[in-house]
Order: sequence, then structure tokens, then C-alpha cells
Amino acid sequence: MTGGEGLLVRLDNVDKVFKRGSEEIHVLGGLNLEIPKGEFLALMGPSGSGKSTLLNLIGGLDRPSQGTIDISGEQIDALSGRRLAAWRARHVGLVFQFYNLIPVLSAQKNVELPLLLTHLSRAQRKKHASTALDIVGLSHRASHFPRTLSGGEQRRVGIARAIVTDPTLLLCDEPTGDLDRKAGDEVLDLLQALNREQGKTIVMVTHDAHAAARASRTLYLNKGQLSLAPLE
Amino acid sequence: MAGPINWLSQVASVTQFNFLTLPQRKGASAAAIFGIAGVVAVMVAVLSIAEGIMQTMDNSASPENVIVMRSGANSEMMSILMGDDVRIISEGPGLARDETGAIASPELFVVINLPMRSTGTDANVPLRGVGREAMKVRQQFSIVDGRMFQWGLHEVIVGVGAQYQFSGLEIGSSITVGQEQWPVVGVFHVGGGLAETEVWVDSAVLQPVYRRGNSFQVVYAKLESEDSFQEYKDALTSDPRLNVKPMRESDYYASQSEMLYKLITGLGTLIALIMGFGAVFGALNTMYTAVSSRTREIATLRALGFNAGPVVISVLMESLLLAFIGGVIGAGLAWWVFDGFRAATLNFASFSQVAFAFNVSLPLLVRGIVFAMIIGLIGGLFPAVRSVRQPISTALREL
Repeated sequence: MTGGEGLLVRLDNVDKVFKRGSEEIHVLGGLNLEIPKGEFLALMGPSGSGKSTLLNLIGGLDRPSQGTIDISGEQIDALSGRRLAAWRARHVGLVFQFYNLIPVLSAQKNVELPLLLTHLSRAQRKKHASTALDIVGLSHRASHFPRTLSGGEQRRVGIARAIVTDPTLLLCDEPTGDLDRKAGDEVLDLLQALNREQGKTIVMVTHDAHAAARASRTLYLNKGQLSLAPLE
Repeated sequence: MAGPINWLSQVASVTQFNFLTLPQRKGASAAAIFGIAGVVAVMVAVLSIAEGIMQTMDNSASPENVIVMRSGANSEMMSILMGDDVRIISEGPGLARDETGAIASPELFVVINLPMRSTGTDANVPLRGVGREAMKVRQQFSIVDGRMFQWGLHEVIVGVGAQYQFSGLEIGSSITVGQEQWPVVGVFHVGGGLAETEVWVDSAVLQPVYRRGNSFQVVYAKLESEDSFQEYKDALTSDPRLNVKPMRESDYYASQSEMLYKLITGLGTLIALIMGFGAVFGALNTMYTAVSSRTREIATLRALGFNAGPVVISVLMESLLLAFIGGVIGAGLAWWVFDGFRAATLNFASFSQVAFAFNVSLPLLVRGIVFAMIIGLIGGLFPAVRSVRQPISTALREL
């Protein structure tokens, strides 16, 4: 079970090993991590250090080779695939590195997608999606398709989709990775506002120190281990 | 109820996305559709031959008619009945009667050669010697062109099917029977039955030409009712003077067409299976391409919380939709081109040609579409399963 009061995420002695043929690649080894509710945590580290792997484990997109992951009192590594999918839909908002919007759906319909997994009526889904688009400042682009939106706008649609179900945890993989400084700042402003004004717990993987500076805490991942400062 | 409704709503939503992306894959989708359409068209067309032959045989048989041949004979050509036999057979109990007596038609059945219209090659055509009772037994008989032959003269009438399939059967032309020329004086119709492939003459005129004396080969008789058959059969088979085999007309025609029906159905099924095997690979290729081009999309849906089941079903639905369209096109094409198309083939039982019309029936169309759906199901199953087997975290990074 989750330990201290106000703790949302707890990883206990987590290993992650990938197999490539007969070769075993140890990405994370004996990793421990605690994230309190309402924290905005930045994860930094060189390419291949396991940042995205760690994010996937917290988001229930992957399972640890060893160790346990407790989120809000639920040991998610023990859940069946079906229950894990339902848990993700209920508790996690994902902001993907490559936007991952459905090209044949409008911005509004893309944002409505996670709501199809709820019991909301069509009208309620539409209202929730409009609110989410309003929060990210894209109400006027609701009927536009992804190909007609800029990178920054697509990213914001992705964030709207992530927050539309009001999840406990927001996981962002390189949210400013391919954006120019202005668009990147707008996205970071948005994430910061979601953290401060709506109390969202955010875990953000980034290469960008400027982005990490917006977080309330930054951890560095290197060779499968977390540290408070980058390795020299 | 919320669970299943939620699950169905996932299936509907993911399937809708799939269908919306179809225009992006129109080339591959069209290839799969037309591949399946070709298979179904060939299958339905070949099987419609067997259906057509069966229908011809069905049209030939009346439930009140009985056919009597010598015991051991499997077809009219192999049978022989002497004049005394015919008399006893015609006096059997349970036969329908009119003012001239029992309705029983002793007939001769021989084969002549005539050139086929389609190829110009000679084919065996049944020549039937009949008496006045023949038309009473076959109540659907009517002359549709020209006139009836005159009794006692060397004249022939031809069935509509025979005239369509063989050349030289126009009214006014003559055919060679024995050493003589016999003019064609009329064309007859018998309700679409087998007799429409035949040429008819007066049996009394035919007997001396083939040196048959007073013998016949078969007696067609009309029963008082369907239920009289057993009484009639028992009387004939228990009569020590006779060595004959009475059969219901329907049973006789069923036995006559069984071998041909099985051969064509077997051949059609084999062709369909071989072509279907190829079409499965076409569908597999199309669906693997579809799934592969949407790997990241599918992974995104799963990451958002959609279950694997709805994703698998949505891929299958797409494959089934393509197969259904292909099936409808193929079945429709076969119906449009072949339904009612007249042809003739050799009936191995009588060693003579049987004219028939391709019968693209509704059950056959449904069979064709079901076969297409099976192709679609197999072709979509493996790509569908593959689409959800890749780890989400890996699939999310696919380009």
C-alpha cells in the first residue's frame, strides 16, 4: 500500500529488463520513487536512460520485471490487462511525445475519445470536451482536424484529451520536444496552471532544462537509477 | 448492463474510426474486394449449373407419375419391355383412367447425333418415341410453335431446349433418323423439364426404324393419387409374369441427376476453395497493411484505456465489411451474367445431353456472400490479433 499521507505514486525496488533476442537489457534496476499528490515532477536524463520507460510503468502502459508500483493505494502491476486498461482510463491522463491524435477525427472528437469509456451521455461528452478545449485555449479550433493544426495546437489538443476525464495523474512525455520556444512556453504555462490551479499531479519527461525549471522537483535518471542531480 | 454497453460503445467507436480511415487505403481495399468478388462470382456461377440441372429435373417430375423399367435397368436406354409386359403394366391397380382407359404411355428412348449450336460438334440427343398417352401423362405439354406431328408419319417435334442448343431443328428443316430424313414440324414445351431437350416422334413409326418389333423401353403412367404408388408397385413387383422396377418419377430423376449434380457441385466447391485460399491471402495482406499503417493509432486507443477486444473486433469488422462488399458484387455479377443463361451438358446417366438454364437462386447468392464473409473472417483474424499483441509502449513509437 502507499506509504505516507498525501503520497500518490510509490515505486518499490522496480527493475525493468527488455529482451532483444538472447540479450537482456537492464533499463531500470532497483528503482525507488515516491511522488506526493499535487507535485509537478520533471524527469531528466540522457537518451536511453529509461525516462520514457519509467513514465510508461507509472502510467500502466508497461509492467515492471520486478518490484511493485502503487498508485493511489492500488498495486497496478498486479492488475489484469483488462482492469489495467480501465484503471488507466479512470486515473491517468497521457500527453504523448508525438501528439498521437487520430487524424480522421476533429479536435473536439479527439478530446471526446477517453469519454467514450465513461457512462456520460453524448451531450455530456461534448460539454466536457468543450470545457477541456476551453482550458487549453482552443475552443475556436474545435472543428479542425489535426493536419490543419500547428504543432503547438496539436500538443494542446493532446493535453485537453489528457485532462478531459479529470484524471488523478498527468503523464507528459517530452511535451515541448518539437515546439519552438514560444509554443513550448505556452504548453508549460498550461501544465503549470493545471498543477497549481487544479491540483493535478504531473510527471513530465523532458530533455529541456528550461522546461524542467517549471517543475516543483526535478529528478535525473542515469543507468537505471534516479538521482537529485545529473551525473558528471 | 453498464459493462456490456460500455464495451459495445467501444466496439462501435473503434469500428467507426476504422471505417473513416478506409479512403486512405482505397487501393488495397479495392484489391481485396475485387479478389473476393471474383471468387464468389466463379463459385456462384459454377454452382448455379448444378442448381439449374436440379431445377430441370424437379420440373420434370410430377408426384403422381410413375415410371416403369425392366428390373436392373438404371436408365431408360438400358431397359426393354415387351408388348405383353406393357399391357400388364398398363392394367395395374391405382392408375388414373379416362374414357380410353388407364393413362399409361409406353415409350421408346434412343439417341441420335446432332451438332451443337455452340461448338458445331456432334452431341447425343434423346429421341423419344411416344404414343397419344404421353401428353396425358405430361400435363404441361404444349406445342409452342408449328404443329404436332401426324400419327403414322415420319415427322418430329422438338423440345424448346433442344432447339436452342442444337442446330438443324428449325421448323421446316429435317433430321436424319435411321436412313431417312424426318421433317421438324413443331416445337413443344413441357414446363421446363428434361423432356424439353428431347426430340419426339410417333413410337409406332420409330419401332420399325430401329427394328424394335413390338417392344418398348419404358412406361410412364399417371396414378390416381400420390398414395396409389405403393399399391401399384406391389402389384407389379409381385406379378410372376413381370420383371420390372416401378419408381416414382421424382426418384428416377433424382437418381439420374445425382452423379452430375455431385460432380458439378464438387468441382465448383473445389474451385471456390482453391480460389478462396488465394483470396484469403489477399485479405490478409490488405488487413496487415491496414493494421500496420494504424499501429500507433491502435496503441493510442489502448493507452487511453480501450480494451484489446473492441480493437480486435473492429479490425475484423473492417475485413468483414470488405468481404461483404466483395461477396455482394461477386454474387450480383454472377446473377446478372449467368442467371437464366441456357446451356447443355452430358448427363452421364443417360449418355445424352440435358439442356438447362443456370439458376442463380437466392440461397446460392446467400451461400456466396457467406463464403466471402468466411474469407474475410480468416483474412482479418490474424491481423486483428496482431494489432493488439504488440506492447503499447513499443507501438506508440511506431511511425
